[in-house]
Amino acid sequence: MDNGAGLQTREMLLNVGPAHPAMHGIIRIVTKLDGERVTDVDVEIGYLHRGFEKMSETVDYNGVIPYTDRLNYVSPLINNMGYCMAVEKLLGISVPERCHYIRVIVSEISRITDHLTCVGASAMELGAFTVFLYMIKAREYLWELVEMVTGARLTVSYCRVGGVKGDLPEGFAARCKFALQETRKVLAESHALLTRNRIFVDRMSGTGTISAEDAISYGITGPFLRATGAAYDVRKDCPYSVYDRLDFDVPVGTRGDNYDRYLVRMEEMEQSMRIIELALRDIPPGPVQTNPETGRPIPAAEMVDEGKVGNIVAIAGVRAVTDPTLEGSGKPHHPAIAADEKRVFLPSKEDTYGNIEGLMQHFKLVMHGHGIRPPKGEVYFPVEGANGELGFYIVSDGADKPYRVRVRPPCFAIMSALPKLLIGDLVADLIPTFGSVNMIGGELDR
Amino acid sequence: MTAADLIQAVRGRFPDAVIGSHDYRGDATVIIHSPPLLEVARTLKQDPAFRMNFLMDLTAVDYSAFGKKPDRAFFASSGVPVRPPPQIPDPEPWPGPPSPARFALVYHFFSSLRKHRIRMEVPVEEQEAELDSLTSLWPGADWLEREVWDMFGIRFRGHGNLKRILMYEEFSGHPLRKDYPVNKRQPLLGPVN
Repeated sequence: MDNGAGLQTREMLLNVGPAHPAMHGIIRIVTKLDGERVTDVDVEIGYLHRGFEKMSETVDYNGVIPYTDRLNYVSPLINNMGYCMAVEKLLGISVPERCHYIRVIVSEISRITDHLTCVGASAMELGAFTVFLYMIKAREYLWELVEMVTGARLTVSYCRVGGVKGDLPEGFAARCKFALQETRKVLAESHALLTRNRIFVDRMSGTGTISAEDAISYGITGPFLRATGAAYDVRKDCPYSVYDRLDFDVPVGTRGDNYDRYLVRMEEMEQSMRIIELALRDIPPGPVQTNPETGRPIPAAEMVDEGKVGNIVAIAGVRAVTDPTLEGSGKPHHPAIAADEKRVFLPSKEDTYGNIEGLMQHFKLVMHGHGIRPPKGEVYFPVEGANGELGFYIVSDGADKPYRVRVRPPCFAIMSALPKLLIGDLVADLIPTFGSVNMIGGELDR
Repeated sequence: MTAADLIQAVRGRFPDAVIGSHDYRGDATVIIHSPPLLEVARTLKQDPAFRMNFLMDLTAVDYSAFGKKPDRAFFASSGVPVRPPPQIPDPEPWPGPPSPARFALVYHFFSSLRKHRIRMEVPVEEQEAELDSLTSLWPGADWLEREVWDMFGIRFRGHGNLKRILMYEEFSGHPLRKDYPVNKRQPLLGPVN
């Protein structure tokens, strides 16, 4: 190119990624630059492709759940819930009321952790390291809650087809209240540090702009779409579970730039906390732990011995002492957390170890070729993931394995619009724009 | 509109294109021939009765192994075959795969204005395996169609940049086809410098 003054300029090719400090995950963005202005962008994905959809065809219906943990690994509980609700729709079963509330509570906790990670990481990339540390501190409180409920922090595998693994532990409401209180403090601090911070606003405001029409034509959903002013939220527009009974607002932006996306995410965390508090208020009471007639709880191994000598009447009602990671999954909890469908949900461990019917039911569900055998059919079920509409499309041919599992990853649509977002901006704007996409490699590449 | 109304409306508009429909589990589904695909999609997007502004998802299903090779149930330790338990019965059964063709393209449309969804299925034979691209209507179809090409080997007419997206260029075969073995490995080739 000739700029008219006889000086030669030429376009520069800048390769960002696959391993770049500001890329959250492995992704390659090839930019063409004219000075500092981005003129063309090519996005290359697939570095984290693990064949989720192919693997799902080789395991039984409950076996897919651990794979769904690894889709969006910042909010795995929402993936668990989306997949399980899709299979439940295929089976035509419903879960108990309390189970619905538990799922809503844990997925809103996950949504907060996801938004904290996204906002914290993008703030850090703009130099606000303190905010990142504060937000990770708040996330830690929430992950402790998740650990308390599920026994794991990241790979939770908490939902089951037809229910959840275990009931909420004792003292959960109080711990949750404390964690939300701490999170609110952190959010207030972050607001004070960021929202009117000149450097932050200058970097975020007016960059990465997209209009509502464009966002919709790319299939963008979630906070990214709502920042443009289109108030589409699966929880409000196609309500599932018990979201229609909980009162919450859907925050929307006006300009569709990075700053609005930041504000929408901050407000959504507040709304999620509101949902959790309402859900904890309305949740139907759990089972009452009764003292069994025979008195002491006996270990599962001892139960087997008792059964061998034919003492099954005496042990039928006894609670087994189970592994601490299975706390809350005991027999008294079962009616509250699992669908009343023996062909779908594993029996409680007391039954598995304590009587032959329970053992056979367990056997029938876990053996190769047995398992859950839904009728032939196909369903699509969307839930509101942290990044937007997370849909599972499942085809069954009547066998114990899914014939096809397809996940609609919300950040796939946003990433396909990345050239549209970046072209025309400065190369430095790539960082906040890419940060606000909240790309999750596991979900994008599957 | 309810699922039944939506199906009726599409049938009324395209009596020749629609070859089947059902609303299994409340999901409105129409099955159409491939030639008028672009026209049907344009109507769904622009017609005031539908206003499907979102192309939520686009994927394909390889029906070549459907119900053909049921897994034998056996005792893991002995390998003795046993009869698998009966399927959970369904009061309103699903009518079955959309057609005898090998593949079916599955489009999920959603209208955020009318709050309704429709699923459109387009059967494709393996030999032709080419369809009209929807990139002119929804730019978001670009990557979705690239993924279908990558995973199933179905081509799209009018797609400007149909190359692999999740797999690498040197990869041979299409992994989500049912005849691609799940444990098949291929060498990971780096870029040629």
